[in-house]
Amino acid sequence: MTAIQAIFLVTSVVILGSALMVVTTRNLVHAALWLVVALFGVAVIFVVLNAGFLAIAQVVIYIGAIAILMIFAIMLTQRVAQDSGPQTNPNWVWAFLVAAALFGGLTWLLSAWSGFTTPLPEISSRADPLRQLGQALVSPNAYVLPFEVASVLLVAALIGAIMIAWDRKVDKGD
Amino acid sequence: MGDPITLIGKWLESLLFGWGLNPGIISLIMAVIGVVAIASAVLLIDILLVWVERKIVARFQDRLGPNRLGPFGLIQPIADVIKLLIKEDILPRGADKFVYNLAPILALATVLLLWAVLPLSSTIYGTNLNVGVLYIVAVGAISTLGIIMAGWASNNKYALLGAFRTVAQMISYEVPMVIALLVPVIMARSMGLKDIVDAQSVWFLFIAPLPALIVLITSIAELGRAPFDLTEAESEIVAGYHIEYTGMKFGLFYAGELLHALTVGGIIATLFLGGWRGPGAETYPILGVFYFFIKAFFLYWVIMWVKYSLPRIRIDHMLNLNWKFLTPLSLAILIVTAILDKILPRSPGAIYALGMLAANIIVGWITLQLLKSNVRRERKRVGEPRPVAQPETSAATITSQTSSSSS
Amino acid sequence: MIPLSWYLILAAALFCIGLYGVLARKNAVAILMGIELMLNSVNINLVAFWRYITPEVIAGQAFAVMVFAVAAAEVAVGLALVISIYRRRSTVVADEIDMLRL
Repeated sequence: MTAIQAIFLVTSVVILGSALMVVTTRNLVHAALWLVVALFGVAVIFVVLNAGFLAIAQVVIYIGAIAILMIFAIMLTQRVAQDSGPQTNPNWVWAFLVAAALFGGLTWLLSAWSGFTTPLPEISSRADPLRQLGQALVSPNAYVLPFEVASVLLVAALIGAIMIAWDRKVDKGD
Repeated sequence: MGDPITLIGKWLESLLFGWGLNPGIISLIMAVIGVVAIASAVLLIDILLVWVERKIVARFQDRLGPNRLGPFGLIQPIADVIKLLIKEDILPRGADKFVYNLAPILALATVLLLWAVLPLSSTIYGTNLNVGVLYIVAVGAISTLGIIMAGWASNNKYALLGAFRTVAQMISYEVPMVIALLVPVIMARSMGLKDIVDAQSVWFLFIAPLPALIVLITSIAELGRAPFDLTEAESEIVAGYHIEYTGMKFGLFYAGELLHALTVGGIIATLFLGGWRGPGAETYPILGVFYFFIKAFFLYWVIMWVKYSLPRIRIDHMLNLNWKFLTPLSLAILIVTAILDKILPRSPGAIYALGMLAANIIVGWITLQLLKSNVRRERKRVGEPRPVAQPETSAATITSQTSSSSS
Repeated sequence: MIPLSWYLILAAALFCIGLYGVLARKNAVAILMGIELMLNSVNINLVAFWRYITPEVIAGQAFAVMVFAVAAAEVAVGLALVISIYRRRSTVVADEIDMLRL
């Protein structure tokens, strides 16, 4: 058991455990905090996979923005201070069976694939994924078009979210 | 000879090797010792910061400050710490115990995490992350999470409101900060802080003063210090998100805020003031540490100067300042810097430096002209007489009534 | 070392847990949290395939960046919708939002 394997196993236990807490806990704010733990674990997995920029981007985007947005939304949409009662709808048994069947199906399908147990290929220490990623995102024969479309998507989402959440009571009045 | 810390490190490593441990364990132990050393040094400096803060605020306010305990009041912070430690540890009724206790730890831990990437000298640095600048932004993002946790777990509506406002302010001011932080990255061609310091043969403050100013203003807003402290001022919202915290938990928030201010000073020193650079710092690395802390403390003094000189900004003015002034300005300076970085040649460094400086001055001058015309327009709009309801004069009323009754 | 299979199983498990969260939870924000877990599992898959199959081509990481952008946009609009619904109907329980008219 090498150090990297131990780190991976501990991190995946943390990720899966906190993901289970996200989908089962009754208190929604606790669920949001467990989500933060799960997202942090995914960032650690990115570091193990030599994708350092993605790890830090994960922390900035998911934990710094999305998780905080979720916590705001939870706090603004609670009727009473504490949530009570079961948080699962009556179909939860079917949901559990579907999820378990999907997991079994995916694992079986992937294990039949020849590349399932590929070992880790070496990358030379001179390779710089950060520089490659930066150049790929802005070079015309790489991914500049999806990059620009993604930024237009973000502007559209920004404007859309403001329009949807605009308080119409401000316009009504006299 | 000029680098005692590296010598001690090498001696320790050879000692551990002599005891027969394998190199993996040795590097792990050395890393742990390094972490403990930096964290302890920074926290001890934090205690000194309490004294510095109180003395300097006193001098700004034309009084003496603590001078009873010890020479010049130097024992005062220790007395403060003892007082905080022996206070009763209160948990408000209905508060979420785990989250309530976790929030101050997170507030202090995220500040300590920042010291992992700051290069203290040419040989002393925690790690040279190739995404160092983005790491600083990420750790700032985690600290906003700690504030929400503190506000929500206190089971107090003022704490929750204060936490919402503080987090709204902090995530708003992250936008121009990140954009302005990209300017030294462009000029140094790397996001790693060690590379940025190595590229500063001329301090970036003299080449790009406008981004330095934007980073300073937005960092003060991120810290939540005056003039941006509407969200934790006693007259506004009764201390905001840390109302319900007393004793050492409040001490962690308070010490974390002071240490964050010094850390911000260290970050701006690294990015714009040349970090550990100074006369003789390459040959004697221990001088680099000295220069770094002088610059960091100078910037801490500037932050305190701003705090104790300016009045508090109202929340709508604060958000206007961010979205209508700082964000477009930082975008403009980023675009100008990026274009000039491609156009100007690098080899005669003077052309590059003077070109960038000229561009900064031009952008700053245009901004000032736009601000001036804006102020003129606002003054005219507020100054012109507005329609005011005039009461009917009593003579006119009586004559109209008599004429209507007689007719 | 760590074969590719470990990462794929981790991603599949995370995806299925997210799917259970989407299908079984009542609160709309909790459903959005399940969607976030599924998007993260997709990201783990993308980066694992990049690292193990084609580490010299940067396409995997570029697509992971796109997934970040799409996830952020979707969460923003989704939560705006949830807050708007809460304003009109005072509930965010998905079962109670079942009629177009109030």
